[in-house]
Amino acid sequence: MLQIEHAVVRFGDATAVDGIDLDVGAGETVAILGPSGCGKTTLLRSIAGLQPITTGRITWCGEDLARVPPHRRRFGLMFQEYALFPHRDVAGNVEFGLRMARIGRDQRRRRVTEVLELVGLTDLAGRRVAGLSGGEQQRVALARALAVEPRLLMLDEPLGALDRPWRERLLREIRSLLDRTALPALYVTHDHEEAFALADRIVVMRSGRVVQAGAAADVWRHPADVWTADFLGFGPAVEAAVGSDGLVTPWGLLAVDAAVGTDRAVRVVLRPDAVRLDGAGAVRGTIVHRAFAGDRAELTVETGRVQLRVRTPDRDAPDVGDSVGLSIEPDGVLVYPVA
Amino acid sequence: MTRVWRAVRVVIPIGFLGVFFVWPVVAIIARSLTADALRHVLADHGLRHVAWFTLWQAAIATGLTLVVGLPAAYVVARYQFWGKRLFRAFVTVPFVLPTVVVATAFLVLFRPGGALSFLGWQRGVGPLLVAEVFFNVAVIVRTVGGFWSYLDPRRADAARVLGASRARAFREVTLPALGPSIAAAASIVFLFTFTAFGLVLLISDPAHSTLEVEIYRQANELLDFPTAAAIALVQIVAVFSLLLVLARMQERRAVAQRLVAARDTSRRARGWERLVVGGVLGATAVFLGGPLLVLALESLRLGGSWSLASYRALGSSTATDTLYVPAWQALRNSLEFAALAATIAVVVGGLASVVIASRPGRATRAMDTFLMLPLGTSAVTVGLGFLVALDRWPVDLRAKAVLVPLAQAVVAIPFVIRAVVPALRSIDPRLRDAARALGAPPSRVWREVDLPIAMRAFLVGFGFAAAVSLGEFGATLFVARPESPTIPIAISRFLARPGELNIGQAMAMSTVLMVVTGAVVLAIEHVQVRQIGEL
Repeated sequence: MLQIEHAVVRFGDATAVDGIDLDVGAGETVAILGPSGCGKTTLLRSIAGLQPITTGRITWCGEDLARVPPHRRRFGLMFQEYALFPHRDVAGNVEFGLRMARIGRDQRRRRVTEVLELVGLTDLAGRRVAGLSGGEQQRVALARALAVEPRLLMLDEPLGALDRPWRERLLREIRSLLDRTALPALYVTHDHEEAFALADRIVVMRSGRVVQAGAAADVWRHPADVWTADFLGFGPAVEAAVGSDGLVTPWGLLAVDAAVGTDRAVRVVLRPDAVRLDGAGAVRGTIVHRAFAGDRAELTVETGRVQLRVRTPDRDAPDVGDSVGLSIEPDGVLVYPVA
Repeated sequence: MTRVWRAVRVVIPIGFLGVFFVWPVVAIIARSLTADALRHVLADHGLRHVAWFTLWQAAIATGLTLVVGLPAAYVVARYQFWGKRLFRAFVTVPFVLPTVVVATAFLVLFRPGGALSFLGWQRGVGPLLVAEVFFNVAVIVRTVGGFWSYLDPRRADAARVLGASRARAFREVTLPALGPSIAAAASIVFLFTFTAFGLVLLISDPAHSTLEVEIYRQANELLDFPTAAAIALVQIVAVFSLLLVLARMQERRAVAQRLVAARDTSRRARGWERLVVGGVLGATAVFLGGPLLVLALESLRLGGSWSLASYRALGSSTATDTLYVPAWQALRNSLEFAALAATIAVVVGGLASVVIASRPGRATRAMDTFLMLPLGTSAVTVGLGFLVALDRWPVDLRAKAVLVPLAQAVVAIPFVIRAVVPALRSIDPRLRDAARALGAPPSRVWREVDLPIAMRAFLVGFGFAAAVSLGEFGATLFVARPESPTIPIAISRFLARPGELNIGQAMAMSTVLMVVTGAVVLAIEHVQVRQIGEL
């Protein structure tokens, strides 16, 4: 439905969005994942019509949006830090878009009640927005964006400013809301866990470009490059070489389906699920650090040349100083050519 | 429609100030270049003496104002105490009081038989300096105190934790951070005292006169317009050099300072601090409240006993030979002029503010600077400019009463802009984006977002403009017709006449004006506090 073809946004010499292609289909939730400053907010603003694109094309169901001003696009945008109107109460904020659409008073009131119910804020209708907690403000912003029944919902770091318990709760709520309304949605975040939990498809952005696009599981299993693997919290990358009989790593020879070609230097990243404690494992090492993470323990194992991290249930995790064996799943060994 | 509106909001402010400010100033420059007036003025020994006095009295008054104002700024910024809001409003009152009211108060205080007559000062430099300090303390308390209250106290705490004593932490951490704001406030005070007119004219003696007063004397007493214009030109050059320095300093001040919300930075005084806070508050209150209280009380006395005779004389319907009209007529004139001047100032200044706040860039900065010019130009210059420029221009406006509110509006416009622009700028641009994304067409965004949020600022601007107009003396003195005096003009005429009842009427009128202005200021303060409380 939404189709972006090679969109470029330049501010003077700086290029914020550098040739993005992106589709959002009916009822699909796409997460744009990237570090701050990668151009993801600019991209959202361009789609909303608040920021003209320098070159490229943005279309909705085939209609070019270049000449459609933001107030005619009927795209809901939930702003980072919400941008609620401080001079209006909760209901006044939610009602705003309906007033702009010249919807009658009675119908407006009904819709406001409906949407506030949807986000669970019925009791706060008459409250000033300044006095609300972060989570409540977030819901008002969501209700305001939803009230006008937008064709597309865009959320810009909607959980960014919230405490952890609120984040998890609201994440679930947004997920179920998107499922129920079947709205196509674009969700911008720098947090990969958020993106994985919510999106059907992930688009990883870096410096204004798309690095990788695909289903959440595919992105996690096979990050496109070392940078993406690092951004997802894997790593660190280590130097290795592809020999004729396998991958030569600091932990020994690993069997790997080397599509990279033989006899060349590569960088290797181990996905967190690749390393397992295994008494019979080929890699031996000593535990140098044990971090408590609730039901799990995160162990740092000194293997002689390189340290490895491994997660294991906390209850029967070995202690610092214990020597352990590790096995490495070939499937979790990510091999990247040295640029 | 939008395009017309865009043009209108640029053309009206620039056109208005072009006709009523730039053109008069150009006329002054033209006049001063005729008849070699400028050369004579620059060579005149008497005028050099005047210039020197203008400079040193401003320097001393500025120093004294810092001494009096900084302790109060500290207390207001760092401590919580009962009636703090009231105190802040109260400190501001002298600053917005008309100069004639302040002059009357100090003349009464120092006159023979007055509360401070034992100093034997009467008219002269002593009372002038005290009055200037009285007038400008608010600048220090509000600007430095305001900045101070947003300064993160944890920096000083960090210095203490690292082993600095209280005094050392202040000297090494707080003072450097405050420095630029102190310098900026001091230069504003210097500017005000350097261009002081009403106070000098009414309080000082003829031997100690400033450039401003000299302009007035040349124009109104000696009718030597070229010389008056030449002095005005010298004054303009001096003031703008000063303003340039000031602008530089403000740019430096804009360098990142970690600021926090004011409520986190002040606390209740503990132990010996209570003595300091109480002492500073008490002394400041006496210094600022005393003269006004004495003025109000003395206005109720005549010939050594309590009497309402002065007020009754104000209400009398007969014209006196001092005013040519009944005194109440002056009150009516003042109110009418204030309403008109404030309306003009809010319309012109409001439009200008919208432009200045809308886009950052060289063009808007230039416009901002242009519209602030009247602030740096003395009221006397504005008045003189009106006299020399508007007597031949398409219609001869000189005989029209409308000149008074026009001149007052020119003086008041910068105040409106200063009140409205920050409010408009403080509006998160994403609010406008949000309104547009929710379906508001561009023409409606302003009405739905900017206007309601900045409404209070417009009200504050109107209040400021009205207060400025009510008390305006320098420009009005030039352009008011003899038979339609404003209150400040009437007061100055009463002060110039001998006789118990004349000074009594001056005191009574000053008291009335003080109450009216005070009410306006309290209303402004109320609106502002609520605004910050809500947003």
